[in-house]
Parts: sequence; C-alpha cells; structure tokens
Amino acid sequence: MDAIILQILNGLDKGSAYALIALGLTLIFGTLGVVNFAHGALFMIGAFCAVTMQRLLTLSFETVDPTKTDFLGKPMKIKTHYVEAWFGPDVGASLVDWAVPLSILLAIPVMLIIGYVMERGLIKHFYKRPHADQILVTFGLAIVLQEIVKHYYGANPIPTGAPAAFRGSFDFGQLLGFDPNVIIYPYWRMVYFAFAAVIIGAVFAFLQFTTFGMVVRAGMADRETVGLLGINIDRRFTIMFGLAAAVAGLAGAMYAPINSPNYHMGMDFLVLSFVVVVVGGMGSLPGAVAAGFLLGILEAFASMNEIKSILPGIDQIIIYLVAIIILLTRPRGLLGRKGVMEE
Amino acid sequence: MGILEVKNVNKRFGGLKALSDVNLSIAEHSVHAIIGPNGAGKSTLLNCLVGKLIPDTGSVMFDGQSVLGRAPYEINQMGISRVFQTPEIFGDLTVMENMMIPCFAKRDGAFELNALTSIVKQKDIIERAEHMLEDMNMIDKRNMHAASMSRGDKRRLEIGMCLSQEPRLLLLDEPTAGMARADTNNTIDLLKQIKDTRDITIAIIEHDMHVVFSLAERITVLAQGSPLVEDTPEKIKGHPKVREAYLGESA
Amino acid sequence: MLGLDKKDTTLMLVVAALALLAPFILNPFPEGSAMAQFNAGYPDLMQRFAIYGILAIGFNILFGLTGYLSFGHAAFLGVGSYSAVWMFKLLSYNVIPGIILSVIVAGLFSVVIGFISLRRSGIYFSILTLAFAQMSYNLAYSVLGNPSSNFNLTNGETGLQVYASDPQILASASAPEVPHLFGVAMRSSYQLEVGSWLFTFNAGYYLCAVILMLSFYVSVRIFRSPFGMMLRAVKSNQQRMNYTGLHTRPYTLAAFVISGMYAGLAGGLLSTMDPLAGAERMQWTASGEVVLMTILGGAGTLLGPVVGAGFIKYFENIFSKINEGVLHQWFGFLPDGMESAVIWVVEHFVGPGWHLTLGLLFMLVVTFLPGGLVQGGQHLWRLLAGKSRKEEHAKTETQSTPAE
Repeated sequence: MDAIILQILNGLDKGSAYALIALGLTLIFGTLGVVNFAHGALFMIGAFCAVTMQRLLTLSFETVDPTKTDFLGKPMKIKTHYVEAWFGPDVGASLVDWAVPLSILLAIPVMLIIGYVMERGLIKHFYKRPHADQILVTFGLAIVLQEIVKHYYGANPIPTGAPAAFRGSFDFGQLLGFDPNVIIYPYWRMVYFAFAAVIIGAVFAFLQFTTFGMVVRAGMADRETVGLLGINIDRRFTIMFGLAAAVAGLAGAMYAPINSPNYHMGMDFLVLSFVVVVVGGMGSLPGAVAAGFLLGILEAFASMNEIKSILPGIDQIIIYLVAIIILLTRPRGLLGRKGVMEE
Repeated sequence: MGILEVKNVNKRFGGLKALSDVNLSIAEHSVHAIIGPNGAGKSTLLNCLVGKLIPDTGSVMFDGQSVLGRAPYEINQMGISRVFQTPEIFGDLTVMENMMIPCFAKRDGAFELNALTSIVKQKDIIERAEHMLEDMNMIDKRNMHAASMSRGDKRRLEIGMCLSQEPRLLLLDEPTAGMARADTNNTIDLLKQIKDTRDITIAIIEHDMHVVFSLAERITVLAQGSPLVEDTPEKIKGHPKVREAYLGESA
Repeated sequence: MLGLDKKDTTLMLVVAALALLAPFILNPFPEGSAMAQFNAGYPDLMQRFAIYGILAIGFNILFGLTGYLSFGHAAFLGVGSYSAVWMFKLLSYNVIPGIILSVIVAGLFSVVIGFISLRRSGIYFSILTLAFAQMSYNLAYSVLGNPSSNFNLTNGETGLQVYASDPQILASASAPEVPHLFGVAMRSSYQLEVGSWLFTFNAGYYLCAVILMLSFYVSVRIFRSPFGMMLRAVKSNQQRMNYTGLHTRPYTLAAFVISGMYAGLAGGLLSTMDPLAGAERMQWTASGEVVLMTILGGAGTLLGPVVGAGFIKYFENIFSKINEGVLHQWFGFLPDGMESAVIWVVEHFVGPGWHLTLGLLFMLVVTFLPGGLVQGGQHLWRLLAGKSRKEEHAKTETQSTPAE
C-alpha cells in the first residue's frame, strides 16, 4: 500500500509536466490544426528562463576590502550581488533564493512574445500546408531554438535550486499513519504539482467561462463554421498560440529544480508529450491532462525495483508500449472525438 | 432474384435511425434509381452496399454472396464499382495512369508486388487503358495531370475507370451534382450509351429529376430511412405518396 | 539498357560516373592550397556520402512515393549496424555476411513495426514510428545493453564492438584484423599523386559506391514499375484505391519494408566503415536527418535523395571544420570593426554551430522549396530555357517583320 502511494506521488510531478505540455500541444492542434514539434523547445526555453532569472539575480560587482587579505596576501576582493546592495542583504538574499518562483515573472512575457513571433512569423503560413510540412518546419525550428540555447548556456545541465524553504522532504506516510520515512516526498515536487493543478484549472476556467474561450471551444469542435460566423479567428489563434507557449514555458520554469535544465530536455519531453496527446485523444483537452498523469504514474510504477527485477528495463519503454497498444485498440485515444485530425 | 438483394437492413447512429427495414432488389441489366429527400438515408444505404458501413441487422447479397463484413476493396473485386459525388480520381497522376490503375486491379487482384517490371512493358494494360480512354473520348488528354481537368472531365474519367474494371454493378452517387447543364446532359448521354452498349447493371442515387427520369427503368423512393414505394418512372411521377413526401416538397 | 528507358539510362550513367569518379570530382583543389579545405575526397567522408545516399534513396521509396512520413528510420539504421557487428564478432571480419544479415534483420524489424504503424496514417503514423524508434533507442541504450547481464545485445553506452575473446569462427589467419572483403581491408587505400593533387582510392568507399549504384538502380526500377505507380496512387487518393479493388496496406507495408531494408543496408555499411555500433545512431534526431536529406534533395524524385544526402554530409563536414582562425583568414580584408562583427555572426553557424545551420536550412527548404533542390533546379532550368526560347521567338519575329 505504502509503495503504491509512493509511486503515485512519484508519478505526479513528471505527469504534471507531461500534462502541461500536452495541454498546450492539444490547444494548438485543436484550434490551429497545427502539429507543433517545437513545443518541447518552448518548455526548454521556460526552464532556461529560470536559469536566466537566477543569473540576473546573482549579477554582482566586486569591491576590495583592504582590511582582509586572501590566501596570497593580496587585499581580498568581495563579490556582492546587486540585489543585496539595492535591497539590503536580507531581502536581496531571499530574492536570490526565490529565483525559480520569481522566474515566472520573466517567463510569462518572454513566452508570450516568443509565441506571438512564432505564430505570426512562421506557423501562420503553414495552416493550409500538409501536416508533414508542419511537422518538418517546426522540427527545424526546434533544432534552431535548441542550438541557440546551447550556444549561450553550454551543453551541460545547469543546477537551479528551489528556494531553501522547499528543499527538504515531507514525510507523507506519517500523515497517513504509516511508519516514518516510508513515504517521503520532496516539498518542491508538491509545489510543482499544485502549480500544475492551478495552471490546468486556470486554462480550463478560461476556456469554460469567457466568451473568448467559448469561441475557441467552438472552433475546436468545428473550425469552418466558426470561421463562417465572421468571428476574427486569426487574432484568437495568435492569442491561443501565445497562451500555449506560456503554459509550456511556465511548466519548464518551475521544473528547473526537479531536472537541471539542459538544451535537449525539450526534445526528450516532446516525444513523450506527443505520445501523451495521442493516448489522451488528439484534440481532447481533458484527455491530454488525464493521459499525462496516467503515463507519469505508470512510468513511476515501472521504475519500482520489484517490477524492474521481473521485467528489466520496462521503465524505459512502458510509455511507448502503452501508446502503441492504445493506438491500436482505441485509434482515437482514450477521450478522442471522431473527426479530429483524421483525413 | 435481382443481382443485388437488400433485406431488412437497419442502421442506427446513436439515437438516429438512418435506415429502417430497407428491402430493395435491383434486377440485372436494369437502371435503378434511388431517390428521396435530404436525410432520407440514400447515402447511408449506398455506404452499406460498398462496405464503408456495416448495417446493424439485415443482409446485403450481391449475386448470391453476402457483402457484409467485407472491405471496400473486396466488394469492388466482387464486381461492384462506385462513382462518388465529387469525382474521386488520382489527382497527382496523369489521365493515362489513372486509367491503368483499375486495369491492373482487374488483372492482378487486390495486391501484386510487381516491383521490377516496367510499366511500359505491360502492353495488355496499356492497350486496355488506351481503348477505354478512346471510348470515353479522352485519348487526347492522356498525358494531362488529372487534377487539372474540368469537373465534367473528371467525372468522365472516373466513370471510365470504373467501367474499365468491367463491373457487373455500377453505383453512382449523384453523378451530376454541382454540374453545369451542358455537363449534366453529357453525363446523361454517356450513361445512356453505357447502358445500351455494355453488359452492366446501374444503380443511381440522384437529386436531379431530369437525370432520373431520362435514365431510370425502376425507381425506389426512400423517405425517413425506409422505402416508400418502388415502381416505373411513369407511375412514380403520378404517385400521390411520392408527391407528398418528395416532389411536393420541392414543388 | 538493363530494362531502363533512355532517360533513366542516362541518369543511371551519371550516378555511376559520379560514384566511380568521386575521388577525382571531390578533390578539385590542389593540396596545400587555401581551397584544399573544401576538398571532400577523403575515404571517410566519401563513404558517408554513399551510405547516407543509400539511406535517403530507401527513405524516398516510402516517403516520396506513398507520402507516409516515418520518423523512425534511424531504428533500422541502428539495427543494421548492430547486426553487422554481431556477424564480425561471431563469424569473421569479412563484411559480406554482416551486410546480408543487416538487411535481413532490418527487414524483419520493419515488417513488425510497419505492420503495426501502418494501421494508422498521417500524423498518427509519424508518431507511432517515432515511438517505436525511441523505444528501440532506449532498449539499445540501456535495457539490452547491460554489460553485466547474460543478454547483452548492444553493449549499451560503450557501443558494440569486436573483442579478442569473440569466437569469430570463420576467421582465417591470413585475413586482416579489420573489416575486409575477402582479404582486402576496407580501410586500405591507393593514393595517386598528379602534380600537386592527391587522389585517394579506398576499398571501403568503392564497396559503398558499388552498392549505392545497385541501390539506385533498384530504386529506378521500383519507380518505373506498376508497384511504384500504385504507391503514388496511395499518396494521391487512398479512397479511390480502396474502391478500385486495391488493398492499400500491403502496398504501403511493402514500401515500408523495402525502405527499412535500405536503412539496414546503410547501417551495415556504417559498421564496415567503423566496426563500432552505438545507440546514438537510433536517436530520433538521426531519423530527422534522413527526412531532411530527402526533402532537401526533393522527395519523390529519383536523384533528389542522393543530392540531399551529399549536400548535408558535405556541409556538415565543411561547416564543422571552420573555426575562428579560418574566419579571420576569410574576412581579414574587412575593416577591423566590421570583421569582428561579421565573424561574430558567422561564428554561430559554423563549427559546433552546424546544427543551427541545419535547423535553419530545414525551415527554409520546407517553407520556400517544398519540392527540394532537384525540383528547384528543374524550375530554374525551365525558367531559363523558357526565357531563351522566348527570346529566340522574339528574335525571329523581329527578323521576319522587315521581310514582310
């Protein structure tokens, strides 16, 4: 029992990331009819927003302290972060500590701008082109984005810590009446799950309760008719794309403490997120979210030692296996609707 | 006993009953039209005949064999060819290639891995396709890109492709929909010529009464998913039930 | 000739001439000259031209003819590589069994993957093949490659290679301890010096070149066959195929398997070049590269994939070699400020930045040249030819006017 709860918890954070990326992918699929292979790169850029925030906050200047000397006997140089100089050492230090959550403030505008530029500059011209062309051009874009990030941030993963307050682990088992230290769960992963839940809820609420969302949902159900109603779909498409980019970026920024950002993380997540979208059902938002968590949890279970000793390596391939089986038995995915992305 | 026997066919889509207890018999060598108002179930019935849909209950027999559960390509190989509402041809291929493909299907069956023989060596196929193009009056267009032809020519090509397979039953789904009057008349003439010169049965679904009354020998009127009446064109014209269900609506 | 018509025979002869004379054609610049860095007549690079040419020719049979976009062809390439190295380990370093097995195993693999993936079309097909390829990569990288387990098929991260303890039951004492063809080592070369030019004729390259010619020949035959026409019909209108009594799935499966076997062949040849097979060959970026080669050259054209493969591999080689020093040499004539600005920009695209260029190229080709280089070239040719014909026409007209 405790092992099961632990694995479910372990699956939640990765599942959250899958769900958030898949949500954006599905929004773009459903509204714009575009297969975006660069969506993983947006997630990756989000993660690097966190890295950038950390670097910005730790920008420092050097002063010479004549009273002290370093080990070579020269006057000691002291590095001071600008934020500490401006806001005082206490506030400054906590700002540095909270770099990752603060990076949301950076990620939102950055991702909206990237999303806007991407849609207006590139994706727009591919609405009427075959899916193969869309896949290929966004694949090329993903490589470009990835290489740019690699050029400026290097090829190695960059550790980006969570705020000190969330660094430990929470003994979840004790809360539920199990022995101590059986089910322990890092605080930041709980934060991530909660964050993902809020974002997912916000996106659904936005689509459910605003006129804008209503039009988008109608557009997902029947693009042509909505176009015929004389509603300016184009502008909404741009906004949707920006929104999807922002969701992916936020997912990436907050994921930085869980998985140190590297330039190819987007590709790794993208393949899995595509699988998630397909399993959930192309064009189905609840399907994408459900399948994201489902596959995240399945992956966690498959990486249990008990299971791995029977089926070695199953954790590496479980998601693909499940996807293949689902695609063959339920071609439209778990919650897919008829007529979406079918020729 | 007709060449095509439809017995007690029912088909539901969720709560909607698209076909209820359809019985239909199409006599060999006849031209049989199926007419009816929009939503009468004409297309659903047609799709049940060619394997695109499977009826919930009932049977569809072609020449004594059931077609139910067979894939469209199998049904075609049994001898049923279908002409679509919007011409379905191979747009990226030339007219000649379009005509050769059904000839290959007729000669080699559903699949043949002849990857190392050259097309130009298939003299029998070429001859057959050329002959068919001549019949269709399209031989001068043989090297044209099929997609670049007019709608009337595409229709002509599609019918030719179907005929080159020498089907026993030709199904036409609103063959003149969206056509100009001249093209419609050409198509009627073509179908008349086919009916007179070939050993074939034609079933036609049509909206245009002009087409129906110039071609059909028997007419079945479908309304709300079931056959209302079946008779000769003369009798159908005067039938009060038909006027009420169909002609009355358009009048 | 050989069942080809005149036009195809010419094409075949051009490819044969290019392949056989490549050591000359690719080394146009004398040794030691500043331009020598643009030479490409090295055995290693030439072999890669030929091998990736084969891979792209095979991919084109699937994508170019049927329009099914597979994102998993790297899996077959990897499987072929592993198979060949296993033959080296078990039998001997003779390359023939390795190449044969790589084709067979890749063929079997593609039957399984194709049978499942081809039940769906369009984007679903692409994602299924992608999933299979990623799964194969994961299997090769970790699951089936644990050196301490009894079932170590791929030797994981290190890569599969031949060890002294391997059985090599057919190895003879006289044969070299490297991949060879009946005693002729793949890496043995003959060098010809003509003036200041140096031409290298490498055994491994010529093996690849001969196989490339054969592959190209088979692909021409397929393109011109009724089967090839059926594949184009699948791409054009599947609905019409079905209602014309044709079963599309065996056609697409056959195309998938043929192209998978081509990929396996290419993988096997990679192992004869360097008998070390690693999982990274199966990564999906590798699949993406094949796609790029094919569309860059021109999907659906005969020559396109070969051109695309050569283009990409050549520029990969050249671009990756360019460093800051070379750039300073090139742009030294510019004023200082401008020089550093230009170098700063160009730097991003060369050396390790080659992938950036590749990605941009990908986007530009898909956006502006969907028909690829070959079609673009034809277009240009027709434009020029049409223009000159028009000019001629205009000339005769002006000439005839005074006569009247």
